[in-house]
Amino acid sequence: MSDAAAPPALRFDGVTRRFGSVVAIDRLSLDIFAGEFFALLGPSGCGKSTPLRLAAGFDAPSEGRILLHGAPLTAPPHLRPVNMMFQSYALFPHMSVADNVTFGLKQEGLPKAEIAARVSEMLALVQLSALGARKPHQLSGGQRQRVALARALAKRPQVLLLDEPLAALDKKLRAETQFELKRLQRRLGTTFVIVTHDQEEAMTVADRMAVMQAGTVAQVGTPDEIYEHPASRYVADFIGDVNLLQGRVVRTDASSVVVACDGFGEIIAGPAPEARVGETIWLALRPEKIAVSEGGRAGVGQNEVTGTVVEVGYRGEQSMLEVRTAAGSILKVSVTNRRRRAADGPAVGESVRLTFAADDIVALTR
Amino acid sequence: MSEGATQGGRGMRRSWTLRLAILLPFAWLVLFVLLPTLIAFKISLSQTVLAQPPYVPVLNPSGGWDAFVGFLNALSFENYTAVFTDSLYLASYLKSLQVAALSTALILLIGYPIAYAMARAPRGVQSVLLILVILPFWTAFLIRIYAWINILQRDGLLNQLLLSLGIVDAPIAWLASDTAVYIGIVYSYLPFMVLPLYATLERMDAALREAAADLGAPPWKIFWQITVPLSRPGILAGVLLCFIPIVGEFVIPDLLGSSSTLMIGQTLWTEFFANRDWPFASVVALVMLVILVGPIVLYEHLQARALEKAR
Amino acid sequence: MRKGLSFTNLTALALGLAFLYLPIAILVIYSFNTSRLVTVWGGWSTRWYTALLADRALLDAAFVSLRVGFISATAASILGTLAAVALARARLFRLRASFSALLYAPIVMPEVITGLTLLLFFVAIDLDRGVWTVTLAHITVTMCFVTLIVQARLASFDWSLEDAAMDLGAPPSRAFLAVTLPLIWPAVAAGWLLAFTLSLDDLVIASFTTGPGATTLPIRIYSDVRLGVKPEINAICTVMIATVALVVIAASLLTKRRAAH
Repeated sequence: MSDAAAPPALRFDGVTRRFGSVVAIDRLSLDIFAGEFFALLGPSGCGKSTPLRLAAGFDAPSEGRILLHGAPLTAPPHLRPVNMMFQSYALFPHMSVADNVTFGLKQEGLPKAEIAARVSEMLALVQLSALGARKPHQLSGGQRQRVALARALAKRPQVLLLDEPLAALDKKLRAETQFELKRLQRRLGTTFVIVTHDQEEAMTVADRMAVMQAGTVAQVGTPDEIYEHPASRYVADFIGDVNLLQGRVVRTDASSVVVACDGFGEIIAGPAPEARVGETIWLALRPEKIAVSEGGRAGVGQNEVTGTVVEVGYRGEQSMLEVRTAAGSILKVSVTNRRRRAADGPAVGESVRLTFAADDIVALTR
Repeated sequence: MSEGATQGGRGMRRSWTLRLAILLPFAWLVLFVLLPTLIAFKISLSQTVLAQPPYVPVLNPSGGWDAFVGFLNALSFENYTAVFTDSLYLASYLKSLQVAALSTALILLIGYPIAYAMARAPRGVQSVLLILVILPFWTAFLIRIYAWINILQRDGLLNQLLLSLGIVDAPIAWLASDTAVYIGIVYSYLPFMVLPLYATLERMDAALREAAADLGAPPWKIFWQITVPLSRPGILAGVLLCFIPIVGEFVIPDLLGSSSTLMIGQTLWTEFFANRDWPFASVVALVMLVILVGPIVLYEHLQARALEKAR
Repeated sequence: MRKGLSFTNLTALALGLAFLYLPIAILVIYSFNTSRLVTVWGGWSTRWYTALLADRALLDAAFVSLRVGFISATAASILGTLAAVALARARLFRLRASFSALLYAPIVMPEVITGLTLLLFFVAIDLDRGVWTVTLAHITVTMCFVTLIVQARLASFDWSLEDAAMDLGAPPSRAFLAVTLPLIWPAVAAGWLLAFTLSLDDLVIASFTTGPGATTLPIRIYSDVRLGVKPEINAICTVMIATVALVVIAASLLTKRRAAH
């Protein structure tokens, strides 16, 4: 982000961590740049917390190394200039809010006056100045989350590691806190690495993100790269809703690929340079990128299919339709409910025509 | 959940504090539990003499290899043969096992309804009941047995009560009988049964019983087919926690029991203190340990599993 | 478990508690009996308590027991807590299974076996038997109980608290002292209390491991009890019961208040 020549703030260099016969992370290589808000996204149990614990020093890699601004990280946890915000917050229950924030600064042996100044600065930063004397159990979930954040930030870490920091909050508060976290990060300029299983959260807060799959990185990129240009079926399916159509490559050129799909005929999709004619391939088609129109008139054009609505899931701002095509496949299609619920939306049993632009279809070889 | 935490990544770092935390208590236990048992085994192969210490051979470390070989040759399994051929000792072991089995069954029978009622009591009452059950356990063992002597002696309260009610014409000799021993054991060990039972019953999900009722099971069937099978870990823990120490019980049979057939704890005590036969006392102890090793290992296994689960 | 007591439940509770408390209650009441004969009620009196104060041998024995109890409970609390932390924190060390086997053994093993083996050990290493050998024996047995109690507390302990302390710059030993220890303190205190009462209570192990001049209170009471019931013993027993009851109730109220905090 900043200086291209400078080493990344945090680099995982071929890091493997095994627990007995279980491989939690497998040859992980990842560069996280200074000042970046980076997200590690993955389902539960895919080993996505392990990189954080390795970076914090609670655990050591079985193979590979971790570099902080180019220097190998090998010191014990208490001597590493990175700090962690724990999923459980890990607030010391026998200390007040202020004492929790003070704890880390005291370990550094800073002068008293400076500690006091830094603590009140931090509490102000997370809007908890009035609650310094409270004990953690006297706070709400959102307040506790902010104390944990203030405590970790008070030490001015070179990298802040956040392990599922918002998982304990309810949905609405979580959404608000995501923006707050992002604002805070931008203001401080500290490198943030967040681990989460919530794709919306990762996409909202992160500048760049890595999608984890069984201990390896499936794809690294900005949120829109990952959503619009998934590198594999796994990524396409994990992020958002998607229709995956299997087919055989008929023709391919620099700007597009033509794929024969059962029940859809030939579909033109975006370019797939690696695809070879005759090979099996998958097409990823997002529900919101399908245009719906009345199915009355006869005949179908290119990238078009007719079908019957079999299910309507009303979600408020939009509805998700399940459409059975003439050949019997099911497609998920979303329509935006622009007007207050009117009778003109597609209803169950209605026949519809679905159209999709070639540019909106991603051809995947993996 | 962070995967590292659950899979034991913290085993990685070994600070000196942690090493000391492991080493100190471990060394203590090796020195004061394992080593004494081994020494007892060695002495059980020795012969009694009137000396200090009252057994031979004694290993002389300055004697070198020859002394060591001579020492080994002087050891014998004679004492073990004696224990297994003398009907007195066999009877003593059998008596202990019989008393332990029967009294453990009695304790379970009495303890289960109490634990069950405790688990069903309202929250606030539960903690009070818990203290009430634990409290006698904290008061000295000896005192509790002594309290029963007060009651059971010839002109004690029980006989006074029975006489005044006209149930008996002459006082009954409660003391120095098996009945007194059973009363004493049940009384002393009841909390050991009630506490683990209560712990499992209290954790049991109320929805399971409600589901059974919803599916049409009458209360007694719910009790036998849901509650009792699910409380098996508690039953097992309670039974072992009572059975094992009762086998070796000394104080209760000594103060309340008769002198006709001694329990094995008493036999050991007599061999040691009255006959000063240390090798033989060691044999008696080690054979008891061998008998109990199965239940002890089972209990340890249960404990370890319960802790793993709680994690 | 669904709450609510049936008639059968209440009966079980009432009978159970009566069974547990009646003998103790009778003992306490008769300690205030004027009559020397335990069977005859001669009116209320505190004469046996005054008699206690004149019984040098009994007071000496009580003093020996208290000393052994304090020292062994304190040492047992330290060793037992260390053992519990070791078992909880270092889950993968190789001798773990044998370590926990050694820990649980003294808890269930019949006291006569523990007492005898320890005595044989003290003789073998030529240690003079007395107050100190009893103390060593009590440390060994009671530390296992402390471990059990502290281990139960640590099973639900959030280790990320200690991780957090280290993450914030505290070396492992300071993280333990500043964060873990204050939080498990109630369990350690309960362990100390249990160790103390177990030591105060023990007859069998003390009888084996003691030597001349070191008569503990239970040994003293036992030799009196064998000669029959004496009102003085009722009195000393009542004093012990009252002390233990007060301490246990105070401790449980204290932990409850902390929990409610």
